[in-house]
Amino acid sequence: MKPVNHKAWFLVAPVLLLVAISAIIPLMTVVNYSVQYVGSTGKFAWVGDEWYREVLHSEKFWNALWRNLVFSGVILAIQIPLGVLIALNMPRKGWGVPVCLVLMALPLLIPWYVVGMIWQMFGRVDIGLMGVMLRDFGYNYEGDPMDAWFTLILMDVWHWTSLVALLAYAGLVSIPDAYYQAARIDGASKWAVFRFIQLPRLGRVLTIAILLRFMDSFMIFTEPFAVIAGGDPVFLSTELKQTVELGKKAAMSIIYFLIILAVSWVFYAVMTRNDGEPTSADKARGGGA
Amino acid sequence: MKQGRFAWIVPALYILFLMTPIYWLVAMSFKTNVEITTRFTLFPEALTLDNYAKVFGDERWRSVFANSLMYVSLNTLISILVALPAAYAFSRYRFFGDKHLFFWLLTNRMAPVAVFTLPFFQLYSAFGLFDTHIAVALAHCLFNVPLAVWILEGFMSGVPREIDETAYIDGHSFPSFFVKIFMPLIASGIGVAAFFCFMFSWVEYLIADALSRNAVVPITTRLQALSQASGTDWGVLAAAGSLTLIPGAIVIWFVRNYIAKGFALGRV
Repeated sequence: MKPVNHKAWFLVAPVLLLVAISAIIPLMTVVNYSVQYVGSTGKFAWVGDEWYREVLHSEKFWNALWRNLVFSGVILAIQIPLGVLIALNMPRKGWGVPVCLVLMALPLLIPWYVVGMIWQMFGRVDIGLMGVMLRDFGYNYEGDPMDAWFTLILMDVWHWTSLVALLAYAGLVSIPDAYYQAARIDGASKWAVFRFIQLPRLGRVLTIAILLRFMDSFMIFTEPFAVIAGGDPVFLSTELKQTVELGKKAAMSIIYFLIILAVSWVFYAVMTRNDGEPTSADKARGGGA
Repeated sequence: MKQGRFAWIVPALYILFLMTPIYWLVAMSFKTNVEITTRFTLFPEALTLDNYAKVFGDERWRSVFANSLMYVSLNTLISILVALPAAYAFSRYRFFGDKHLFFWLLTNRMAPVAVFTLPFFQLYSAFGLFDTHIAVALAHCLFNVPLAVWILEGFMSGVPREIDETAYIDGHSFPSFFVKIFMPLIASGIGVAAFFCFMFSWVEYLIADALSRNAVVPITTRLQALSQASGTDWGVLAAAGSLTLIPGAIVIWFVRNYIAKGFALGRV
Protein backbone atom coordinates (compact mmCIF):
# COMPACT_ATOMS: atom_id res chain seq x y z
CA MET A 1 0.00 0.00 0.00
CA LYS A 2 1.28 3.44 -0.86
CA PRO A 3 1.98 5.77 2.07
CA VAL A 4 -0.19 8.85 2.54
CA ASN A 5 1.78 12.03 2.01
CA HIS A 6 -0.05 15.29 1.35
CA LYS A 7 3.22 17.05 0.55
CA ALA A 8 3.07 15.17 -2.76
CA TRP A 9 0.88 18.05 -3.87
CA PHE A 10 4.04 20.11 -4.31
CA LEU A 11 5.22 17.63 -6.94
CA VAL A 12 1.89 17.84 -8.74
CA ALA A 13 1.65 21.63 -8.54
CA PRO A 14 3.49 22.43 -11.83
CA VAL A 15 1.22 20.11 -13.80
CA LEU A 16 -1.83 21.54 -12.12
CA LEU A 17 -0.77 25.09 -12.90
CA LEU A 18 -0.01 24.34 -16.53
CA VAL A 19 -3.16 22.33 -17.22
CA ALA A 20 -5.23 24.90 -15.37
CA ILE A 21 -3.93 27.60 -17.71
CA SER A 22 -4.50 25.51 -20.82
CA ALA A 23 -7.80 23.92 -19.82
CA ILE A 24 -9.71 25.69 -17.09
CA ILE A 25 -9.24 29.33 -18.12
CA PRO A 26 -10.22 28.69 -21.77
CA LEU A 27 -13.18 26.56 -20.70
CA MET A 28 -14.36 29.34 -18.37
CA THR A 29 -14.07 31.81 -21.24
CA VAL A 30 -16.24 29.56 -23.36
CA VAL A 31 -18.83 29.19 -20.59
CA ASN A 32 -18.82 32.97 -20.22
CA TYR A 33 -19.52 33.55 -23.91
CA SER A 34 -22.18 30.88 -24.05
CA VAL A 35 -24.55 32.83 -21.76
CA GLN A 36 -24.02 36.24 -23.32
CA TYR A 37 -24.78 38.11 -26.47
CA VAL A 38 -21.81 39.96 -27.96
CA GLY A 39 -22.94 42.99 -29.94
CA SER A 40 -21.14 44.53 -32.88
CA THR A 41 -19.74 47.22 -30.60
CA GLY A 42 -18.19 44.60 -28.32
CA LYS A 43 -20.89 45.03 -25.66
CA PHE A 44 -21.98 42.01 -23.67
CA ALA A 45 -25.55 41.25 -22.64
CA TRP A 46 -26.74 38.38 -20.48
CA VAL A 47 -28.97 35.98 -22.41
CA GLY A 48 -29.10 32.98 -20.10
CA ASP A 49 -29.71 29.64 -21.80
CA GLU A 50 -30.89 31.16 -25.08
CA TRP A 51 -27.87 30.05 -27.11
CA TYR A 52 -28.17 26.53 -25.74
CA ARG A 53 -31.82 26.40 -26.80
CA GLU A 54 -30.91 27.66 -30.24
CA VAL A 55 -28.20 25.02 -30.68
CA LEU A 56 -30.45 22.21 -29.43
CA HIS A 57 -33.20 23.29 -31.82
CA SER A 58 -30.84 23.68 -34.74
CA GLU A 59 -31.23 21.03 -37.40
CA LYS A 60 -27.64 21.53 -38.57
CA PHE A 61 -26.33 20.63 -35.13
CA TRP A 62 -28.36 17.41 -34.92
CA ASN A 63 -27.42 16.44 -38.47
CA ALA A 64 -23.74 16.93 -37.70
CA LEU A 65 -24.11 14.95 -34.48
CA TRP A 66 -25.76 12.04 -36.31
CA ARG A 67 -23.15 12.08 -39.03
CA ASN A 68 -20.44 11.99 -36.40
CA LEU A 69 -22.07 9.10 -34.52
CA VAL A 70 -22.52 7.10 -37.73
CA PHE A 71 -18.92 7.82 -38.69
CA SER A 72 -17.58 6.70 -35.28
CA GLY A 73 -19.80 3.60 -35.34
CA VAL A 74 -18.68 2.56 -38.81
CA ILE A 75 -14.97 3.06 -38.22
CA LEU A 76 -15.13 1.21 -34.86
CA ALA A 77 -16.99 -1.68 -36.53
CA ILE A 78 -14.23 -1.92 -39.14
CA GLN A 79 -11.08 -1.03 -37.21
CA ILE A 80 -11.52 -3.14 -34.07
CA PRO A 81 -12.08 -6.55 -35.78
CA LEU A 82 -9.58 -5.73 -38.52
CA GLY A 83 -6.96 -4.64 -35.98
CA VAL A 84 -7.41 -7.84 -33.94
CA LEU A 85 -7.22 -9.96 -37.11
CA ILE A 86 -3.96 -8.31 -38.13
CA ALA A 87 -2.50 -8.66 -34.63
CA LEU A 88 -3.39 -12.39 -34.53
CA ASN A 89 -1.46 -12.94 -37.75
CA MET A 90 1.57 -10.76 -37.05
CA PRO A 91 4.89 -12.57 -36.66
CA ARG A 92 6.01 -13.16 -33.07
CA LYS A 93 9.75 -13.38 -33.63
CA GLY A 94 12.44 -12.77 -36.22
CA TRP A 95 13.03 -9.89 -38.60
CA GLY A 96 9.34 -9.58 -39.40
CA VAL A 97 8.53 -8.08 -35.99
CA PRO A 98 10.38 -4.74 -36.24
CA VAL A 99 9.45 -4.42 -39.93
CA CYS A 100 5.74 -4.84 -39.13
CA LEU A 101 5.86 -2.53 -36.12
CA VAL A 102 7.68 0.32 -37.87
CA LEU A 103 5.75 0.19 -41.16
CA MET A 104 2.41 -0.09 -39.39
CA ALA A 105 3.15 2.79 -37.06
CA LEU A 106 4.17 5.09 -39.91
CA PRO A 107 0.67 6.49 -40.71
CA LEU A 108 0.24 7.40 -37.03
CA LEU A 109 3.21 9.80 -37.23
CA ILE A 110 2.09 11.71 -40.31
CA PRO A 111 0.74 15.22 -39.59
CA TRP A 112 -3.05 15.01 -39.81
CA TYR A 113 -3.24 17.64 -42.49
CA VAL A 114 -0.74 15.68 -44.60
CA VAL A 115 -2.85 12.53 -44.13
CA GLY A 116 -5.75 14.41 -45.71
CA MET A 117 -3.47 15.75 -48.43
CA ILE A 118 -2.19 12.25 -49.25
CA TRP A 119 -5.76 11.01 -49.65
CA GLN A 120 -6.72 14.02 -51.70
CA MET A 121 -3.86 13.33 -54.10
CA PHE A 122 -4.69 9.60 -54.03
CA GLY A 123 -8.41 9.98 -54.57
CA ARG A 124 -8.68 12.84 -57.09
CA VAL A 125 -10.17 11.62 -60.33
CA ASP A 126 -7.74 13.68 -62.41
CA ILE A 127 -4.38 12.88 -60.81
CA GLY A 128 -4.93 10.26 -58.06
CA LEU A 129 -4.11 6.57 -58.33
CA MET A 130 -7.36 5.46 -56.67
CA GLY A 131 -9.44 8.15 -58.34
CA VAL A 132 -8.25 7.22 -61.82
CA MET A 133 -8.77 3.49 -61.13
CA LEU A 134 -12.31 4.02 -59.85
CA ARG A 135 -13.55 6.85 -62.03
CA ASP A 136 -14.87 4.42 -64.66
CA PHE A 137 -17.23 3.14 -61.97
CA GLY A 138 -18.55 6.66 -61.46
CA TYR A 139 -16.41 7.41 -58.43
CA ASN A 140 -15.82 11.09 -57.69
CA TYR A 141 -15.51 12.17 -54.06
CA GLU A 142 -15.84 15.84 -54.93
CA GLY A 143 -19.21 15.39 -56.61
CA ASP A 144 -20.89 12.53 -54.80
CA PRO A 145 -21.44 12.64 -50.99
CA MET A 146 -21.49 8.83 -50.77
CA ASP A 147 -18.10 8.69 -52.46
CA ALA A 148 -16.85 11.33 -50.02
CA TRP A 149 -18.07 9.17 -47.11
CA PHE A 150 -16.36 6.14 -48.63
CA THR A 151 -13.10 8.06 -49.04
CA LEU A 152 -13.15 9.47 -45.50
CA ILE A 153 -13.88 6.07 -43.94
CA LEU A 154 -11.17 4.38 -46.01
CA MET A 155 -8.78 7.18 -45.00
CA ASP A 156 -9.55 6.75 -41.31
CA VAL A 157 -9.12 2.96 -41.56
CA TRP A 158 -5.79 3.60 -43.25
CA HIS A 159 -4.76 6.17 -40.66
CA TRP A 160 -5.77 4.46 -37.40
CA THR A 161 -6.25 0.68 -37.74
CA SER A 162 -2.56 0.28 -36.85
CA LEU A 163 -3.27 1.72 -33.40
CA VAL A 164 -5.76 -1.10 -32.69
CA ALA A 165 -3.44 -3.69 -34.22
CA LEU A 166 -0.42 -2.54 -32.16
CA LEU A 167 -2.42 -2.50 -28.91
CA ALA A 168 -3.93 -5.94 -29.61
CA TYR A 169 -0.49 -7.27 -30.53
CA ALA A 170 0.96 -6.04 -27.24
CA GLY A 171 -1.91 -7.74 -25.43
CA LEU A 172 -1.40 -11.01 -27.30
CA VAL A 173 2.34 -11.32 -26.71
CA SER A 174 1.75 -10.83 -22.98
CA ILE A 175 -0.25 -14.10 -22.79
CA PRO A 176 1.94 -16.76 -21.13
CA ASP A 177 2.72 -19.86 -23.20
CA ALA A 178 1.27 -22.12 -20.49
CA TYR A 179 -2.24 -21.03 -21.51
CA TYR A 180 -1.73 -22.33 -25.04
CA GLN A 181 -0.15 -25.56 -23.80
CA ALA A 182 -3.18 -26.22 -21.60
CA ALA A 183 -5.46 -25.50 -24.56
CA ARG A 184 -3.53 -27.95 -26.73
CA ILE A 185 -3.83 -30.70 -24.10
CA ASP A 186 -7.59 -30.07 -23.98
CA GLY A 187 -7.69 -30.28 -27.78
CA ALA A 188 -9.22 -26.80 -28.05
CA SER A 189 -10.06 -25.55 -31.55
CA LYS A 190 -8.56 -22.37 -32.96
CA TRP A 191 -11.83 -20.57 -32.38
CA ALA A 192 -12.01 -21.81 -28.76
CA VAL A 193 -8.46 -20.56 -28.13
CA PHE A 194 -9.45 -17.16 -29.49
CA ARG A 195 -12.79 -16.99 -27.71
CA PHE A 196 -11.74 -18.25 -24.28
CA ILE A 197 -8.04 -17.38 -23.99
CA GLN A 198 -7.08 -14.54 -26.32
CA LEU A 199 -10.21 -12.39 -26.34
CA PRO A 200 -10.57 -12.19 -22.54
CA ARG A 201 -6.91 -11.25 -22.21
CA LEU A 202 -7.39 -8.54 -24.81
CA GLY A 203 -10.24 -6.91 -22.89
CA ARG A 204 -8.02 -4.29 -21.33
CA VAL A 205 -6.17 -3.12 -24.42
CA LEU A 206 -9.34 -3.22 -26.51
CA THR A 207 -11.06 -1.01 -23.94
CA ILE A 208 -8.33 1.56 -24.41
CA ALA A 209 -8.44 1.13 -28.21
CA ILE A 210 -12.21 1.66 -28.39
CA LEU A 211 -12.04 4.66 -26.06
CA LEU A 212 -9.25 6.35 -28.03
CA ARG A 213 -10.79 5.60 -31.39
CA PHE A 214 -14.21 6.84 -30.31
CA MET A 215 -12.85 10.07 -28.83
CA ASP A 216 -10.63 10.91 -31.77
CA SER A 217 -13.11 10.00 -34.50
CA PHE A 218 -15.81 12.00 -32.74
CA MET A 219 -13.53 15.06 -32.74
CA ILE A 220 -12.29 14.59 -36.31
CA PHE A 221 -11.67 17.81 -38.21
CA THR A 222 -8.31 18.17 -39.90
CA GLU A 223 -8.27 15.15 -42.22
CA PRO A 224 -11.73 15.70 -43.78
CA PHE A 225 -10.96 19.42 -43.94
CA ALA A 226 -7.89 18.65 -46.03
CA VAL A 227 -9.78 16.33 -48.36
CA ILE A 228 -13.12 18.06 -48.86
CA ALA A 229 -12.35 21.58 -47.52
CA GLY A 230 -15.39 21.85 -45.23
CA GLY A 231 -17.82 20.41 -47.78
CA ASP A 232 -20.26 17.55 -47.26
CA PRO A 233 -20.23 15.53 -44.96
CA VAL A 234 -20.09 18.20 -42.26
CA PHE A 235 -18.98 16.79 -38.90
CA LEU A 236 -19.40 18.40 -35.47
CA SER A 237 -16.00 20.08 -35.40
CA THR A 238 -16.58 21.48 -38.89
CA GLU A 239 -20.00 22.77 -37.88
CA LEU A 240 -18.39 24.36 -34.83
CA LYS A 241 -15.70 26.05 -36.91
CA GLN A 242 -18.26 27.31 -39.42
CA THR A 243 -20.53 28.85 -36.77
CA VAL A 244 -19.99 32.59 -36.71
CA GLU A 245 -21.93 33.92 -33.69
CA LEU A 246 -19.67 33.80 -30.65
CA GLY A 247 -22.39 32.84 -28.17
CA LYS A 248 -23.77 30.04 -30.32
CA LYS A 249 -20.26 28.75 -30.98
CA ALA A 250 -19.53 28.69 -27.25
CA ALA A 251 -22.80 26.98 -26.35
CA MET A 252 -22.16 24.38 -29.04
CA SER A 253 -18.64 23.86 -27.65
CA ILE A 254 -19.97 23.14 -24.19
CA ILE A 255 -22.63 20.72 -25.45
CA TYR A 256 -20.04 18.99 -27.64
CA PHE A 257 -17.59 18.65 -24.76
CA LEU A 258 -20.27 17.26 -22.43
CA ILE A 259 -21.35 14.64 -24.99
CA ILE A 260 -17.77 13.42 -25.35
CA LEU A 261 -17.26 13.29 -21.60
CA ALA A 262 -20.53 11.43 -21.03
CA VAL A 263 -20.05 8.86 -23.78
CA SER A 264 -16.43 8.22 -22.82
CA TRP A 265 -17.42 7.80 -19.20
CA VAL A 266 -20.14 5.28 -20.07
CA PHE A 267 -17.73 3.31 -22.27
CA TYR A 268 -15.13 3.35 -19.52
CA ALA A 269 -17.52 2.33 -16.75
CA VAL A 270 -19.23 -0.46 -18.71
CA MET A 271 -16.05 -1.98 -20.03
CA THR A 272 -14.03 -1.86 -16.84
CA ARG A 273 -16.91 -3.61 -15.06
CA ASN A 274 -16.86 -6.43 -17.63
CA ASP A 275 -13.13 -6.66 -17.18
CA GLY A 276 -13.62 -9.04 -14.26
CA GLU A 277 -10.81 -9.05 -11.78
CA PRO A 278 -9.25 -5.60 -11.50
CA THR A 279 -5.48 -5.45 -11.60
CA SER A 280 -3.48 -3.65 -8.95
CA ALA A 281 -3.27 -0.64 -11.24
CA ASP A 282 -7.08 -0.55 -11.41
CA LYS A 283 -7.38 -0.65 -7.67
CA ALA A 284 -4.91 2.17 -7.30
CA ARG A 285 -7.06 4.55 -9.31
CA GLY A 286 -10.42 2.77 -9.28
CA GLY A 287 -12.24 5.51 -7.38
CA GLY A 288 -11.48 8.15 -9.97
CA ALA A 289 -13.52 6.34 -12.60
CA MET B 1 1.00 -19.95 -30.14
CA LYS B 2 1.14 -21.71 -33.50
CA GLN B 3 0.07 -19.61 -36.43
CA GLY B 4 -1.01 -20.95 -39.79
CA ARG B 5 1.58 -21.19 -42.55
CA PHE B 6 -0.05 -18.39 -44.49
CA ALA B 7 -0.60 -16.07 -41.55
CA TRP B 8 1.90 -13.58 -42.97
CA ILE B 9 -0.47 -12.79 -45.83
CA VAL B 10 -2.73 -10.72 -43.56
CA PRO B 11 -0.10 -8.23 -42.30
CA ALA B 12 1.53 -8.24 -45.75
CA LEU B 13 -1.71 -7.19 -47.46
CA TYR B 14 -2.37 -4.60 -44.76
CA ILE B 15 1.10 -3.08 -45.14
CA LEU B 16 0.60 -3.02 -48.92
CA PHE B 17 -2.63 -1.07 -48.32
CA LEU B 18 -0.76 1.34 -46.01
CA MET B 19 2.10 1.92 -48.41
CA THR B 20 0.11 2.50 -51.62
CA PRO B 21 -1.08 6.09 -50.88
CA ILE B 22 2.34 6.91 -49.44
CA TYR B 23 3.98 5.55 -52.59
CA TRP B 24 1.72 7.76 -54.69
CA LEU B 25 2.73 10.86 -52.71
CA VAL B 26 6.44 10.07 -52.99
CA ALA B 27 6.13 9.14 -56.68
CA MET B 28 4.41 12.46 -57.39
CA SER B 29 7.21 14.33 -55.65
CA PHE B 30 9.65 12.99 -58.28
CA LYS B 31 7.45 13.88 -61.26
CA THR B 32 7.21 17.14 -63.17
CA ASN B 33 3.93 19.02 -62.97
CA VAL B 34 3.36 18.41 -66.67
CA GLU B 35 3.57 14.69 -66.10
CA ILE B 36 1.30 14.83 -63.03
CA THR B 37 -1.47 16.75 -64.71
CA THR B 38 -1.39 15.43 -68.27
CA ARG B 39 -0.28 11.81 -68.11
CA PHE B 40 -1.19 8.99 -65.75
CA THR B 41 2.04 7.15 -64.96
CA LEU B 42 2.61 4.56 -62.23
CA PHE B 43 6.34 5.35 -62.15
CA PRO B 44 7.90 8.76 -62.74
CA GLU B 45 8.91 8.87 -66.41
CA ALA B 46 11.68 11.38 -66.05
CA LEU B 47 12.87 11.25 -62.47
CA THR B 48 13.34 14.84 -61.32
CA LEU B 49 14.65 16.36 -58.12
CA ASP B 50 13.40 19.84 -59.07
CA ASN B 51 10.53 19.73 -56.58
CA TYR B 52 12.89 19.03 -53.70
CA ALA B 53 15.29 21.67 -54.95
CA LYS B 54 12.44 24.18 -54.88
CA VAL B 55 11.51 23.23 -51.30
CA PHE B 56 15.07 23.38 -50.02
CA GLY B 57 15.85 26.51 -52.00
CA ASP B 58 12.92 28.49 -50.66
CA GLU B 59 13.46 30.34 -47.38
CA ARG B 60 9.72 30.15 -46.65
CA TRP B 61 9.72 26.35 -46.81
CA ARG B 62 12.84 26.08 -44.68
CA SER B 63 11.39 28.36 -42.03
CA VAL B 64 8.07 26.49 -41.72
CA PHE B 65 9.92 23.21 -41.15
CA ALA B 66 12.11 24.92 -38.54
CA ASN B 67 9.05 26.48 -36.85
CA SER B 68 7.24 23.18 -36.51
CA LEU B 69 10.29 21.36 -35.17
CA MET B 70 10.93 24.24 -32.78
CA TYR B 71 7.54 24.29 -31.04
CA VAL B 72 7.36 20.49 -31.05
CA SER B 73 10.72 20.25 -29.26
CA LEU B 74 9.79 22.97 -26.80
CA ASN B 75 6.51 21.24 -26.03
CA THR B 76 8.22 17.88 -25.51
CA LEU B 77 10.74 19.44 -23.14
CA ILE B 78 8.13 21.31 -21.06
CA SER B 79 5.75 18.34 -20.92
CA ILE B 80 8.40 15.91 -19.69
CA LEU B 81 9.86 18.35 -17.15
CA VAL B 82 6.55 19.05 -15.40
CA ALA B 83 5.21 15.51 -15.80
CA LEU B 84 8.19 13.80 -14.13
CA PRO B 85 7.59 14.99 -10.53
CA ALA B 86 3.82 14.65 -10.87
CA ALA B 87 4.04 11.09 -12.16
CA TYR B 88 6.37 10.27 -9.27
CA ALA B 89 3.84 11.64 -6.78
CA PHE B 90 1.02 9.58 -8.32
CA SER B 91 3.04 6.39 -8.44
CA ARG B 92 4.47 6.64 -4.90
CA TYR B 93 2.02 8.42 -2.61
CA ARG B 94 -1.62 8.73 -1.75
CA PHE B 95 -2.71 12.29 -1.12
CA PHE B 96 -5.84 14.37 -0.86
CA GLY B 97 -7.79 14.21 -4.13
CA ASP B 98 -5.24 12.12 -6.01
CA LYS B 99 -7.69 9.84 -7.83
CA HIS B 100 -9.94 12.69 -8.94
CA LEU B 101 -6.96 14.67 -10.13
CA PHE B 102 -5.67 11.71 -12.10
CA PHE B 103 -8.98 11.13 -13.86
CA TRP B 104 -9.43 14.86 -14.49
CA LEU B 105 -6.06 14.89 -16.22
CA LEU B 106 -7.26 12.18 -18.57
CA THR B 107 -10.40 14.14 -19.45
CA ASN B 108 -8.14 16.79 -20.96
CA ARG B 109 -6.94 14.22 -23.44
CA MET B 110 -10.60 13.92 -24.48
CA ALA B 111 -11.19 17.64 -24.95
CA PRO B 112 -12.10 18.43 -28.56
CA VAL B 113 -9.45 20.90 -29.73
CA ALA B 114 -11.90 22.69 -32.02
CA VAL B 115 -13.51 23.97 -28.80
CA PHE B 116 -10.24 25.53 -27.64
CA THR B 117 -9.01 27.40 -30.67
CA LEU B 118 -10.87 30.65 -29.99
CA PRO B 119 -10.21 30.90 -26.22
CA PHE B 120 -6.56 29.99 -26.80
CA PHE B 121 -6.25 32.76 -29.32
CA GLN B 122 -7.67 35.25 -26.81
CA LEU B 123 -5.67 33.92 -23.86
CA TYR B 124 -2.30 34.04 -25.60
CA SER B 125 -3.07 37.37 -27.24
CA ALA B 126 -3.80 38.82 -23.79
CA PHE B 127 -0.31 37.79 -22.65
CA GLY B 128 1.26 39.09 -25.85
CA LEU B 129 2.34 35.58 -26.79
CA PHE B 130 0.26 35.19 -29.93
CA ASP B 131 2.35 34.09 -32.91
CA THR B 132 5.27 32.78 -30.83
CA HIS B 133 6.73 29.27 -30.57
CA ILE B 134 6.17 29.17 -26.84
CA ALA B 135 2.42 29.82 -27.24
CA VAL B 136 1.94 26.79 -29.48
CA ALA B 137 4.18 24.71 -27.22
CA LEU B 138 2.20 25.68 -24.11
CA ALA B 139 -1.15 25.15 -25.83
CA HIS B 140 -0.17 21.63 -26.87
CA CYS B 141 0.48 20.89 -23.19
CA LEU B 142 -3.31 20.62 -22.90
CA PHE B 143 -3.20 17.05 -24.19
CA ASN B 144 0.51 16.19 -23.91
CA VAL B 145 1.06 16.81 -20.19
CA PRO B 146 -1.77 14.45 -19.13
CA LEU B 147 -0.47 11.88 -21.60
CA ALA B 148 3.10 12.18 -20.29
CA VAL B 149 1.92 11.87 -16.68
CA TRP B 150 -0.06 8.72 -17.50
CA ILE B 151 2.77 7.06 -19.42
CA LEU B 152 5.47 7.95 -16.88
CA GLU B 153 3.30 6.83 -13.98
CA GLY B 154 2.87 3.45 -15.67
CA PHE B 155 6.63 3.00 -16.05
CA MET B 156 7.44 4.34 -12.55
CA SER B 157 4.99 1.96 -10.90
CA GLY B 158 7.07 -0.87 -12.35
CA VAL B 159 10.07 0.21 -10.23
CA PRO B 160 9.93 -1.31 -6.71
CA ARG B 161 9.59 1.23 -3.88
CA GLU B 162 12.41 -0.45 -1.94
CA ILE B 163 14.84 1.25 -4.31
CA ASP B 164 13.67 4.69 -3.13
CA GLU B 165 13.92 3.70 0.51
CA THR B 166 17.39 2.22 0.16
CA ALA B 167 18.60 5.39 -1.56
CA TYR B 168 17.28 7.60 1.27
CA ILE B 169 18.98 5.35 3.86
CA ASP B 170 22.20 5.70 1.87
CA GLY B 171 21.94 9.43 2.46
CA HIS B 172 20.63 10.63 -0.90
CA SER B 173 18.48 13.75 -0.86
CA PHE B 174 15.30 13.66 -2.97
CA PRO B 175 16.72 15.60 -5.95
CA SER B 176 19.95 13.61 -5.94
CA PHE B 177 18.05 10.30 -5.72
CA PHE B 178 15.62 11.34 -8.45
CA VAL B 179 18.22 12.48 -10.97
CA LYS B 180 21.05 10.03 -10.28
CA ILE B 181 19.20 6.83 -9.43
CA PHE B 182 15.55 6.99 -10.41
CA MET B 183 15.69 8.67 -13.82
CA PRO B 184 18.19 6.16 -15.27
CA LEU B 185 15.86 3.37 -14.12
CA ILE B 186 12.90 4.77 -16.04
CA ALA B 187 14.94 6.01 -19.02
CA SER B 188 12.88 3.95 -21.48
CA GLY B 189 9.69 5.41 -20.01
CA ILE B 190 11.00 8.94 -20.47
CA GLY B 191 11.89 8.07 -24.05
CA VAL B 192 8.42 6.73 -24.75
CA ALA B 193 6.69 9.71 -23.14
CA ALA B 194 8.89 12.09 -25.14
CA PHE B 195 8.06 10.19 -28.30
CA PHE B 196 4.33 10.57 -27.72
CA CYS B 197 4.60 14.27 -26.87
CA PHE B 198 6.62 14.75 -30.04
CA MET B 199 4.11 12.80 -32.06
CA PHE B 200 0.91 14.51 -30.92
CA SER B 201 2.43 17.96 -31.17
CA TRP B 202 3.83 17.16 -34.61
CA VAL B 203 0.56 15.86 -36.09
CA GLU B 204 -1.70 18.55 -34.59
CA TYR B 205 -3.01 21.20 -36.96
CA LEU B 206 -5.93 23.22 -35.55
CA ILE B 207 -4.28 24.82 -32.52
CA ALA B 208 -0.93 25.41 -34.20
CA ASP B 209 -2.75 27.09 -37.06
CA ALA B 210 -4.93 29.22 -34.76
CA LEU B 211 -1.99 30.52 -32.70
CA SER B 212 0.24 31.57 -35.57
CA ARG B 213 0.12 34.24 -38.22
CA ASN B 214 3.42 35.46 -39.65
CA ALA B 215 6.32 34.69 -37.36
CA VAL B 216 5.60 31.05 -36.53
CA VAL B 217 3.79 29.58 -39.54
CA PRO B 218 3.71 25.79 -39.04
CA ILE B 219 4.45 23.47 -41.94
CA THR B 220 0.84 22.26 -42.16
CA THR B 221 -0.54 25.80 -42.39
CA ARG B 222 1.62 26.48 -45.42
CA LEU B 223 0.61 23.18 -47.00
CA GLN B 224 -3.03 24.05 -46.38
CA ALA B 225 -2.72 27.52 -47.88
CA LEU B 226 -1.03 26.17 -51.00
CA SER B 227 -3.12 23.02 -51.51
CA GLN B 228 -6.42 24.88 -51.48
CA ALA B 229 -5.26 27.72 -53.70
CA SER B 230 -5.88 27.68 -57.42
CA GLY B 231 -3.10 26.57 -59.77
CA THR B 232 -1.66 24.17 -57.21
CA ASP B 233 1.98 23.19 -57.68
CA TRP B 234 1.38 19.47 -57.01
CA GLY B 235 5.01 18.43 -57.39
CA VAL B 236 6.28 20.82 -54.72
CA LEU B 237 3.38 20.00 -52.37
CA ALA B 238 4.13 16.28 -52.74
CA ALA B 239 7.82 16.91 -52.06
CA ALA B 240 7.12 18.97 -48.92
CA GLY B 241 4.53 16.41 -47.81
CA SER B 242 7.00 13.57 -48.28
CA LEU B 243 9.55 15.43 -46.16
CA THR B 244 7.06 15.63 -43.25
CA LEU B 245 7.12 11.81 -43.07
CA ILE B 246 10.81 11.71 -42.19
CA PRO B 247 10.86 12.93 -38.55
CA GLY B 248 8.12 10.44 -37.68
CA ALA B 249 9.89 7.56 -39.40
CA ILE B 250 13.10 8.33 -37.52
CA VAL B 251 11.57 8.48 -34.06
CA ILE B 252 9.44 5.36 -34.58
CA TRP B 253 12.59 3.31 -35.05
CA PHE B 254 13.83 4.22 -31.55
CA VAL B 255 10.65 3.27 -29.72
CA ARG B 256 9.36 0.43 -31.93
CA ASN B 257 9.15 -2.01 -29.00
CA TYR B 258 7.30 0.40 -26.72
CA ILE B 259 4.78 1.96 -29.13
CA ALA B 260 1.87 -0.16 -27.92
CA LYS B 261 2.71 0.39 -24.27
CA GLY B 262 2.70 4.12 -24.86
CA PHE B 263 -0.65 4.11 -26.67
CA ALA B 264 -2.07 2.09 -23.82
CA LEU B 265 -0.91 4.99 -21.58
CA GLY B 266 1.75 2.74 -20.04
CA ARG B 267 -0.77 0.05 -19.18
CA VAL B 268 -0.39 -3.10 -21.26
